[in-house]
Amino acid sequence: MSRRPYVRELPRTTWWLKNGRYKRYIAREITCIFIGVYTAVLLFGVKRLSEGEAAYQGFLDALNHPLFILFHLLALGFATYNSITWFGVTPKAIRIQVGEDFAPDGVVAGAHYAGWIAISLVVLFMAGI
Amino acid sequence: MAKSNKPIVWGLFAAGGTITAFLTPVMIFVTALAIPLGIMNPEVLAYDRIHAFLDNGFWKLVMFAFISLSLWHAAHRLRITAHDFGLRSDGIMATVVYALATLGTLAAAVYLLRI
Repeated sequence: MSRRPYVRELPRTTWWLKNGRYKRYIAREITCIFIGVYTAVLLFGVKRLSEGEAAYQGFLDALNHPLFILFHLLALGFATYNSITWFGVTPKAIRIQVGEDFAPDGVVAGAHYAGWIAISLVVLFMAGI
Repeated sequence: MAKSNKPIVWGLFAAGGTITAFLTPVMIFVTALAIPLGIMNPEVLAYDRIHAFLDNGFWKLVMFAFISLSLWHAAHRLRITAHDFGLRSDGIMATVVYALATLGTLAAAVYLLRI
């Protein structure tokens, strides 16, 4: 008599392709690769800036390469998706009591989206756009 | 009771997630896309201008916080995501990603102080 426990087959690396909810979860999780690589690029830019004008100009010129442009377009998309998901869960993390009730979820998330737009506009304004 | 580093790494992850949610999209656009795509005048990122901008304690600190916390955010999430893609050696993964974030943090401090 042998006992044969049921083992649910689950592909180790592709399980998340099964449904939309898993795909959105993985899309959110892999934003970290784009954010991490972009931050490394930015850090390298700061290094080149500290090494003088010629080094820094070389860094800026390299960013014109089509592959860098492609990467940064993808990174912009994923970083934006990260922001949307991050602010989307703020109502779960921040509960503001107003009288007997809590501030509605839409107000908490909405305030963060508004702050995000305001900060982005300030940075664009500082850059002179 | 065994001590856990979870509050520290999760705190850095959350702080990094917040700063990156507010700033990373617009920073990618301004620092890496607007000039290559011809939307912004190249003068905006000219050496003299950016050097003068970061020759200021406040903006150095902002840039340091942005780089370091973004790295800690990405590192922690990469550690968790590795598990989802079948990499089950969490000890090695945690060591590698947090070591990279620590190195990046130190490098950011050194380079910013040299400006």
